[in-house]
Amino acid sequence: MNLPDNLRFSKSHEWIIIDENNTAKVGISDFAQHSMGDIVFINLPSVGDSFDAGDEIGDVESVKAVSEIYSPVSGTVSAINEELLTSPELINEDPYGSWFIEIEGATIDDSITLMTSSEYEEFCQKES
Amino acid sequence: MDSNNYKTTPLYETHLELGGKMIEYAGFNMPVEFTGVISEHLSVRETCGVFDVSHMGEFLISGDDAVANLNRIMTNEMSTLKPGKVRYTLMCNDSGGIIDDLLVYCITEGRYLLIVNAANRDKDFLWISDNLKGDCIIDDLSDGLALLAVQGPESDRLMDRLLTNGKLPEKYYSFNENVEISGIKLTASYTGYTGERGFELLCRTHEVTELYNSLLNADDISVLPCGLAARDTLRLEAAFPLYGHELNENITPIEAGLGFAVKTDKDFFIGKESIINNPVRYSRIGLKVTGRGIAREGNTVELNGENIGTITSGTYLPYLKGAYAMASVSKDIVNIHDVVTIDIRGRKVEAEVVKLPFYKSNK
Repeated sequence: MNLPDNLRFSKSHEWIIIDENNTAKVGISDFAQHSMGDIVFINLPSVGDSFDAGDEIGDVESVKAVSEIYSPVSGTVSAINEELLTSPELINEDPYGSWFIEIEGATIDDSITLMTSSEYEEFCQKES
Repeated sequence: MDSNNYKTTPLYETHLELGGKMIEYAGFNMPVEFTGVISEHLSVRETCGVFDVSHMGEFLISGDDAVANLNRIMTNEMSTLKPGKVRYTLMCNDSGGIIDDLLVYCITEGRYLLIVNAANRDKDFLWISDNLKGDCIIDDLSDGLALLAVQGPESDRLMDRLLTNGKLPEKYYSFNENVEISGIKLTASYTGYTGERGFELLCRTHEVTELYNSLLNADDISVLPCGLAARDTLRLEAAFPLYGHELNENITPIEAGLGFAVKTDKDFFIGKESIINNPVRYSRIGLKVTGRGIAREGNTVELNGENIGTITSGTYLPYLKGAYAMASVSKDIVNIHDVVTIDIRGRKVEAEVVKLPFYKSNK
């Protein structure tokens, strides 16, 4: 399984990276894209939307089914990756390069567990 | 995933070796995809794909009164079905609801092979058994038989290459017994469920692994193993109905858009009375989603704010590269090019009524 060490992972299979200015980027894990299969559509929030940790921020559709995406942190959307709207297959090809949204003022909330890559690997093995 | 109680086809281990992602379908462990639904779908449209459909049920109906029984139980005309030919039919209950859709192969006069949906196998067997009269018996051959579908524009070339004896069927909806592919004896029919030319191969269970491997490993013909996901997207692109989605016991063949397989000029068939006398409630229509989103089964279809029906199958279609759906809506309420709204999890998304099938092969 492809698992970069600098990312943190949620139980709902989003990855997140937060920089020193509390700006975060969020996407979905390699495990998630693999279990969904070919991704063909993505629905993202608008810049300026504010979320609490655990809120639904959009959905990803594969040929088979739809999956909701949840925000691993609280904050305000400062950018969306528009390239994914027209080329959602990039998520399959490069899940960790395919960030969905950028969140400003990212605040970790105790209600959402963020795992290290090794913790997440163990979590996925139990799920599969 | 290995230790569940679902049934397996003889190819279960082979599917795992090929990297098949397994799911439960109709009580069987079946591969949903191998390399990915899009690549598998395109392989069938452009070259060739092979499906394991051994989960489907096969019954042999035999006896002097076989044709009379079939003509009474099935909606389509069976008395004109000649040896070596295949016919699609519905089987209805007394109220005209669809029990199953199936293929009938005429082996000889007095011997017919039925290929039924896996999920309906037990139900169908009971229904047919209960309705047989006179000199006619039914045998369930499903456990001893395996079925492969070889589909795509290159399927002829692949089969020709591997043919070791006998002759391949040349006409659509015909079949030949005693065909030998890579030394394996089988029955080959010119049929399929993908909207592309191709064959379905019926062989004994213990020989199917060898057959499957030889089909997948032919020199210089690109053949992909395909899973149920691609089978579903291909049949939707070709607008074939699927039992449990477009078809069920509460809808008649006419309402499902299958009037071509209902011969109301026959003296009698089970369900005829209801089909003739009751008003037609629904039409099956095709929708191309023009807004942003993918319509899925169960989504509501609206016209000018009024609920007019429900999506029965919908997804992204890989060859047409767009979101399409079939829906069951109030009879004749829309015309081709009308614009409707689909409620996709609370979002209202526009779709255009388009002609079925979405895709027709010209290869």
